[in-house]
Amino acid sequence: MASVPRLCLLLSIIPTILILCADFACCNTGRKTGDGLDTDFSGFSVPLEHSFEVDDVSRFRMRGALQLRGGRETSVSLSQSQLSEEDRNTLKEVAAVDGLYKIRVPRVSLTDRQTERQMDGYLTAFVRACSLVESHLSDVITLHTDVSGYLIGVSIVTIPGACRGTEVEDEVDLEAFNTTLTIIPPTNAPQPETALFIERMDIEHEKRGKPQEQKSFFAKYWMYIVPLVLFLMMSGAQDQSGGGAANGGGR
Amino acid sequence: MSKPTSLFVIFFSLFIMSEAVFEDQVGKFDWRQQYVGKTLFAHFDSHSQSSNKLFLATDKNIFASFNSRTGDLLWRHVDKVGPEGTIDILVLHGQDALMVVGGGRLLRSWDTNMGGLNWEAVLDTGSFQAACFVAIQDTVKHVAVLKKAGTVRHWFSYLVYSGGEVEVYVLGVVPNSHLTIIAYSLEDGEIIKQRSVEAPWLSSVESSCVVIGQGVLMCVDPATLALYTLPIQAEEAPQFNQILLQSLDLEVSLGFQPVLVSSQPHPARSPISEFFLQLGPDHHVLLQLNADGYTIAALRDFQPAFLVSFATTGEKTVAVVMTPKNETLYVHAFLKKDDSVDYRVLVQTQDHALTFIQQPGRVVWTREEALADVVTMEMVDLPLTGTQAELEGEFGKKADGLFPMVLKRLSSQVILLQAWLAHLWKLFYEARKPHGQVKNEVTIETLSRDEFNLQKMMVMVTASGKLFGIDSKSGSILWKHYLENVQPNAVFKLIVQRTTAHFPHPPQCTLLIKDKDTGLASLHVFNPIFGRKSHIAPPALPRPILQSLLLPVIDQDYAKVLLLVDDQYKVTAFPSTKNVLQQLQEMASSIFFYLIRSDQGNLSGFRLRKDLSTERIWEVVLPTEVQKIVAVNGKRPNEHVHSQGRVMGDRSVLYKYLNPNLLAVVTESTDAHPERAFVGVFLVDGVTGRIIHEAVQRKARGPVHFVHSENWVVYEYWNTKSRRNEFSVLELFEGTELYNSTVFSSLDRPHLPQVLQQTYIFPSPITTMEATLTEKGITSRHLLVGLPSGAILSLPKMFLDPRRPEVVTEHSREENLIPYAPEMPIRTEWFINYNQTVARVKGIYTAPSGLESTCLVVAYGLDIYQTRVYPSKQFDVLKDDYDYVLISSVLFALFFATMISKRLAQVKLLNRAWR
Repeated sequence: MASVPRLCLLLSIIPTILILCADFACCNTGRKTGDGLDTDFSGFSVPLEHSFEVDDVSRFRMRGALQLRGGRETSVSLSQSQLSEEDRNTLKEVAAVDGLYKIRVPRVSLTDRQTERQMDGYLTAFVRACSLVESHLSDVITLHTDVSGYLIGVSIVTIPGACRGTEVEDEVDLEAFNTTLTIIPPTNAPQPETALFIERMDIEHEKRGKPQEQKSFFAKYWMYIVPLVLFLMMSGAQDQSGGGAANGGGR
Repeated sequence: MSKPTSLFVIFFSLFIMSEAVFEDQVGKFDWRQQYVGKTLFAHFDSHSQSSNKLFLATDKNIFASFNSRTGDLLWRHVDKVGPEGTIDILVLHGQDALMVVGGGRLLRSWDTNMGGLNWEAVLDTGSFQAACFVAIQDTVKHVAVLKKAGTVRHWFSYLVYSGGEVEVYVLGVVPNSHLTIIAYSLEDGEIIKQRSVEAPWLSSVESSCVVIGQGVLMCVDPATLALYTLPIQAEEAPQFNQILLQSLDLEVSLGFQPVLVSSQPHPARSPISEFFLQLGPDHHVLLQLNADGYTIAALRDFQPAFLVSFATTGEKTVAVVMTPKNETLYVHAFLKKDDSVDYRVLVQTQDHALTFIQQPGRVVWTREEALADVVTMEMVDLPLTGTQAELEGEFGKKADGLFPMVLKRLSSQVILLQAWLAHLWKLFYEARKPHGQVKNEVTIETLSRDEFNLQKMMVMVTASGKLFGIDSKSGSILWKHYLENVQPNAVFKLIVQRTTAHFPHPPQCTLLIKDKDTGLASLHVFNPIFGRKSHIAPPALPRPILQSLLLPVIDQDYAKVLLLVDDQYKVTAFPSTKNVLQQLQEMASSIFFYLIRSDQGNLSGFRLRKDLSTERIWEVVLPTEVQKIVAVNGKRPNEHVHSQGRVMGDRSVLYKYLNPNLLAVVTESTDAHPERAFVGVFLVDGVTGRIIHEAVQRKARGPVHFVHSENWVVYEYWNTKSRRNEFSVLELFEGTELYNSTVFSSLDRPHLPQVLQQTYIFPSPITTMEATLTEKGITSRHLLVGLPSGAILSLPKMFLDPRRPEVVTEHSREENLIPYAPEMPIRTEWFINYNQTVARVKGIYTAPSGLESTCLVVAYGLDIYQTRVYPSKQFDVLKDDYDYVLISSVLFALFFATMISKRLAQVKLLNRAWR
């Protein structure tokens, strides 16, 4: 995590957070703000808006800018400003009446470079305002994409997530967001593992197959059969009763 | 050597676990009913006098034969679903039943005796128009089939006619212009002659014309209210002859299109010259064409008469007229007779019931063919016995004061005593009767819950809008209720609002009927035990309904509250008493619901406000250009999970992720190319809209069948690359520690669960899938899989476990995990319905019984099959051959032995003390 104060920006201190998809992580120094659609290598940015009102009517305001980068290594970072005094008070009031804190991002595609990257409509998610306050603005925002790189959903949770009714006295705790941001592409479901199974079967087959198959029944037990037959023949010759192979064996 | 042995032990134990039905158990716990659907064509077997067979072709593409005395199915042929198997026409002659199938694709001849196929011929391309037998000199040798090849011809309606000659006539009409008559030669199919007749008033020859008498075409014109006659075989240029209805003193009802009905008893002979003219919905006249072929005589006026038909045997012809009391709307009436004029009639009514009537109007049998298309069903517990209910009722009523309470108690005791005496008397009375005469008939009055709650009431909703109450033990229909004015494209949702558990209040079911196109809905509230409509007035629903949800909130009468969300996101509660509204206001902030618009790929969540309006709180959008939502499934609300986790080989516990709000959303790609097609499985929390997991099955295509239960999702799809069916299982675990072990809240579960997945090859396509359900969830789960062959496979969930190891280790052996094998076996002893196949299984319904080991199963489709399954065998039931004598004698022996030894020990102690 990097927290880099800069004066060149509007007025605010920008704690930045970033994160990764797969093994890729990037650091945002806060130099790029939400200035619309650049189509250059550095990706593009979309606004992240939030709304928290005592009367629960959504009025979305700017919270920060999401810096998205498509392509093979999808990455996302967020630059956001601090909450103002007024916002902090509102947030506390909303938390007191168990209101909701909502965020939204516009629907965008990470892959289409030029045309129609932006579609109409927003993706919305919410968290209870009290849990946001009690967690001292530590939230985890997750963006979900589909197979072709469209953003399909956003989710926000706070850690910890519970509302225990503890008062947050220190105003400083509610100034800056401590955001963890991830972008999750779909996972590929596994196919049936036929190759591995066949390999395993072959190994097992080799292990126990060889010694058993070669010897026939007679080859294995000739040392018992031959004396038995000899014995039967001899007893049969003595007995003269003619029936007797089986009976002879018994006696 | 130890590894193979352990493998063997596992497989052996599986073999022991799997069970099949013994021969003497067949039909003991299960029953099957076979149906055919709505009749399109019906014929009586007129080949021999003594025969009592009926032949039916139905809208479900079935050709079937019934015993006309009992209504039992003799045999049936189930053809393909959809237009490929549609039966265009069924004609019967002698022992041959000829059938044109699949829009004129095939011509089949069946042997009516055994139901075997004589021959089948593939016809030339073209859509089917008409067919008839062609006979020469009393022998029927040919069948003429008229088909339309392409759109070249400009005729719009046709009639084929042959009157026992070597020519076949085809009549075609160009609407409001002229009629063309073409005669074909029977030998080579060549056109012999072709003539054209001016007929500017005629628009369709099929609907307004019939052939009667010696080849006279009779048409009716609704505009001028006149009959027209035309001799078809006339040599000279023929002309229509007009006869005004007024001249016959006939009057057509206002706005009614007159209809003609005629009959041709034998293909070798001309049609009879008598015919019916329908003048109004309930008004028919029997008319006769005189021998001159131009004048008409009125024979008799029938009013009211809704249905008419002709039947002929030998030289006699019977005309049948029906005046049904109910709104029996459309028909197939047929008849047959012995030497005297005797007849039987088969009536198909609007509610898809098939009724067979003997001459004096006696109903011989009725088949409820609506049950061939069950849409949804529920199983409801039966009420307690009368006496129990009576006693409960005394407590249920509000009592005031001590004295009335005592009186009530006394009166209920008296009632109990009375019932007991009656029971004793009945026992005594029945004991005197010879065995076997004691009837055990199930009627609504004698219905009561059995000891283990194994007998339930099956409430079935059919596509025709008829509701049925069926006893699950015997399969007998106990009540039926026909809902009129149900649109053919209606969708139904059956909700049990109050079970039988709250005695003085009757159980209550609500059926939500929604028109698919307009979204307008209506509610039908009824008592599921007796089928009677409830006196509670359902709310009026002026706006289209998007979603319905049953809340766990109950009103003062113990009915669960049903919330209906309309297209303006306003909520209607039913019942909406003051009490309910107050409760809703209190709970509003914790009532969340979701809406899915699959056409826009939009999933959104809402929260209820105190004023019963709603606010949108989350939104997930799956772009429809990429994938479309095909199915969404939550978990069943009555499902119990007994164990919170799984004990692993190293004795640690892997906790299950048991989110009751989890939705499984299945999507299919819009791109159908085998290489790029995919199936998506999304697990979304229904409260927060959080995507818990998103898996993509590449190179896969639907139809996807899936089951979502406990902490797992099982889905089946078609692998386009390997061209086979595959099963995949997803299981969700919280890990070795629970975040909050006391309560689950979607709002407070910040960590995503671990997801395990494994995929297997399944050697058969499937039609439907469901999981077993038991009272407490202790019994292991099985998947019930309906196969296209009609078999129902009970597949142990153990085989669909993503933790099946590739390589067997000590730990996995400890856990009893089966080593991974890519192919899922199908064992015939897993078929729960042995040889009782269920044709075209559409759905499987499972319900818990009072016994933990037993799950009740109903499979429905064309047939209905009910049985019980025991996924972990009957661990809570003593076997039939349990040795009671041995166990009790051992107990007694031990008891006496302790008594005696105690006595001896006392004596010994005493003796020692004296010493």
